[in-house]
Amino acid sequence: MDNTLIKLRSIEKSFDGEQVLCGIDLDIHDKEFVTLLGPSGCGKTTTLRIIGGFESADTGDVYFDGERINELPAHKRQVNTVFQRYALFPHLNVYDNVAFGLRVQKIGEEEIQKRVREMLEMTGLRGFESRRPSTLSGGQQQRVAIARALINRPRVLLLDEPLGALDLKLRKDMQNELKRIQRETGITFIYVTHDQEEALSMSDTVVVMANGRIQQIGTPTDIYNEPVNAFVADFIGESNIIDGVMPEDNKARFAGHTFACVDGGFAKNEAVDIVIRPEDVDVVPVEKGMLSGTVSGVTFKGDYYEIIVDVKGFKWMIETSDFVAPDEKIGLYIEPDAIHVMKKSEYSGKFGDYSTFSDEMDHLSDPDAEVGEDEEEAILS
Amino acid sequence: MKKKLSFLERAAAVPHMVWAVMFIVAPLLFVAYFAFTDTNGSFTFSNVELLSSYSHIFLVSICFSLVATFFCLLIGYPLAFFMSRAKPSTQKLLTVLLMLPMWISLLIRTYSLMTLLDNGGLVNSLLTALGLDPIAMVGTGGAVILGMIYDFLPYMVLPIYTSMQKLDNRYLEAAADLGCTPLQTMLRVVLPLTVPGIISGITMVFVPSISTFYISQKLGGGNFDLIGDTIERQFKYPSTYHVGAAISLVMMILILISVAVMNRFSDEKGEMIV
Amino acid sequence: MKTLSRVYMWVVFALLYAPILVLVIFSFNRGGSLSSYTGFSFRWYGELFRDSVALQSLKNSLVLAISSSALATLIGTFAALGLDRMRNRYLKGAVNSVTNIPMMNPDIVTGVSMMLLFVAVGGILGLSDVLGRWTMLIAHTTFSLPYVILSVLPKFRQFDASLREAAMDLGCTPARAFFKVELPHLLPGVISGFIMGFTLSLDDFVISHFVSSPDFQTLPLYIYNQTAHNVKYSMYALCTLIIVTILALLLLVNFAGGIGDRTKRRKEATK
Repeated sequence: MDNTLIKLRSIEKSFDGEQVLCGIDLDIHDKEFVTLLGPSGCGKTTTLRIIGGFESADTGDVYFDGERINELPAHKRQVNTVFQRYALFPHLNVYDNVAFGLRVQKIGEEEIQKRVREMLEMTGLRGFESRRPSTLSGGQQQRVAIARALINRPRVLLLDEPLGALDLKLRKDMQNELKRIQRETGITFIYVTHDQEEALSMSDTVVVMANGRIQQIGTPTDIYNEPVNAFVADFIGESNIIDGVMPEDNKARFAGHTFACVDGGFAKNEAVDIVIRPEDVDVVPVEKGMLSGTVSGVTFKGDYYEIIVDVKGFKWMIETSDFVAPDEKIGLYIEPDAIHVMKKSEYSGKFGDYSTFSDEMDHLSDPDAEVGEDEEEAILS
Repeated sequence: MKKKLSFLERAAAVPHMVWAVMFIVAPLLFVAYFAFTDTNGSFTFSNVELLSSYSHIFLVSICFSLVATFFCLLIGYPLAFFMSRAKPSTQKLLTVLLMLPMWISLLIRTYSLMTLLDNGGLVNSLLTALGLDPIAMVGTGGAVILGMIYDFLPYMVLPIYTSMQKLDNRYLEAAADLGCTPLQTMLRVVLPLTVPGIISGITMVFVPSISTFYISQKLGGGNFDLIGDTIERQFKYPSTYHVGAAISLVMMILILISVAVMNRFSDEKGEMIV
Repeated sequence: MKTLSRVYMWVVFALLYAPILVLVIFSFNRGGSLSSYTGFSFRWYGELFRDSVALQSLKNSLVLAISSSALATLIGTFAALGLDRMRNRYLKGAVNSVTNIPMMNPDIVTGVSMMLLFVAVGGILGLSDVLGRWTMLIAHTTFSLPYVILSVLPKFRQFDASLREAAMDLGCTPARAFFKVELPHLLPGVISGFIMGFTLSLDDFVISHFVSSPDFQTLPLYIYNQTAHNVKYSMYALCTLIIVTILALLLLVNFAGGIGDRTKRRKEATK
């Protein structure tokens, strides 16, 4: 059975000589919730805009339902978009914004009224018909944008960082809401975000992108448990990434110790990257540990402690519910199935060491990421 | 706590206020005074009553200005749109190209247009060279209107261009996304969102058009008396100052009313946009 | 769409510039004809420079433009300061509307209204020929004022009041704080107001037409008188010189502006 709705084949695109997409191949299936996930500037928005018809690929093809649609202008495509920061028409009220797509198709007012009402019902906007977009809160504008895009009954809905401007609480609510709408309508959603949590909790399929390339395509659990390289491992959640070798199948040697593991299929003694999630390391007394180290930092996170442990110079991040004191010597215990082995890649050695890690740094780099996103947009528009 | 203002801050606007009363308010009061007095300085309505004999001049002037304004909008609107969608570097160049004529004196521009259209001018010699009959253009109403369009087109384009520039490209994309053809996007999104620019463009073309006298003198060949010409003629000799003042007063009031109406319209639209 | 847009812009700009271009070309025409080009010559330029009235008008224009815009800048900058600090909303609104009258009113009304004022006041004072350089100075200052205020006032609004407070905290009197801290911030607005006034004054014909006398001619008035009845070819030369000057100034300002933009952007980037 092939229910592929959208096919991208070797898409390349550059702006002002700077290549933003280097050969994108992607299949998107009917009724699927697909998320394009990646840091700012990775090309996810450009990919979305190529599907929407707002940009054209330099090379490569876009297929919709088996037909090549490279030259099809945006207004003839059966896709609709929820724009970043919504782009609601400021001269129209909520009702007229939602009715816009139907009016363009010259559908009768009676039918329009019925469908707009339905749509406002579904998005929880009843009673807001005559309000101007500028008088609505961010969450309400978001709902109008979704209603406006869905009323044309598109085959595919494109969402470009739709929740980026909302605060955390509202974002959680809207995530559930979007998921519900997607299930109810059965429309294919292509969702762009740089928020990995959002991607994991909402999607059927996650497409991780970096530097204009697709790094990995898979279900949220696949992506989290079986990252293909250091970039994906680091971008999706926290990971300790350690250089190691595979002496044989089901054996991994790193940090001066040979561990039992469940991965195989590598050449004998092949150099690999080992990923271990912070929550998969157990803290034990030194004598019971496979490894031992000194606690160099402890941060209280509410339901757990995040500790940094120095093991022979390599700093591990570990999440534990037991309190450990700074400078305490502890042992680490790792189950075989907590060890994930990856092939070496261009990202090896760039991620997964917490020696320079601090919470503050994380926050500082966030606004920069936003700026980067805006820059990407500036190039696009 | 209220911050105390220094003497400098309190007195700073006073010279300007004195100046404005003396040289903006007082002159207008004099216009009103002259409009309602005769040469002996006694009160009269005769100047205003005399205006009825100028009604056709008002009519012709209004017609000419409206036609010119209409064509400026017709030509200028697409120009402003295309300019606003060009590359930023091109936009800068185009803006300079558009502003340059605005900096060149109206006299020079009108004079150069007359040179081109004159009976012995380049257009007619081209027609002759092509074996066609020359057309007497200078002295016709068409030439006067053409002069207004030519002289004031940049004043239409610039404010519209400015409001187009503020128009976020995402609105155009959203319209296309929802199924609008380029033409539908234009009518349903671009046009309503640029109404303030259109209004100010119309004002900036209509006001100088209706009050011009140089254009009609040069390109009308003296065959067309517009309000401006009439006023100008009255102020050549002191005896007709009073009639001139009456005509000026009426024209000013007409313009102020129409500008106020337009601004009200644009305010309503503006509110919708903000 | 792309080609349509390009063609349209080309055509409109070509039409906009055609008459000006023809005028420039024919200013170098040896023969005195508008229809046939009979060879390159500086004949009309020579004639222009031998015309002492033209040179005097040019001098009058420049003197008037500099003095009127300087006066307008002085009054207007202080007016902007006063308006910025003014607390009475109604007074503020009234001053603003009165200031804007010369911008809204057709030039011809502004011109005749001032003429009537000058003539009437002159009559009261017993002066028969009141019109001339002084009435021109007053008129040009008046119509430049709103433009100066318009370009300075936003600068006051953008000014961060805490800077002034910081200066006073460090020991400046309010007046000193104004001149030391606020004025440098305002300077770009003040300068652009001055340039506006200067160009408006140089360019003005309609208002000058009513408030001047034959013994004080500016360049536009001279051009008007020269072209009133028959075509004078030396006027082509004069117009060409003016156009070239304006073009040079405009390019200079834009080029300089471009550099300013770039340094500003670089500063922001390094922030």
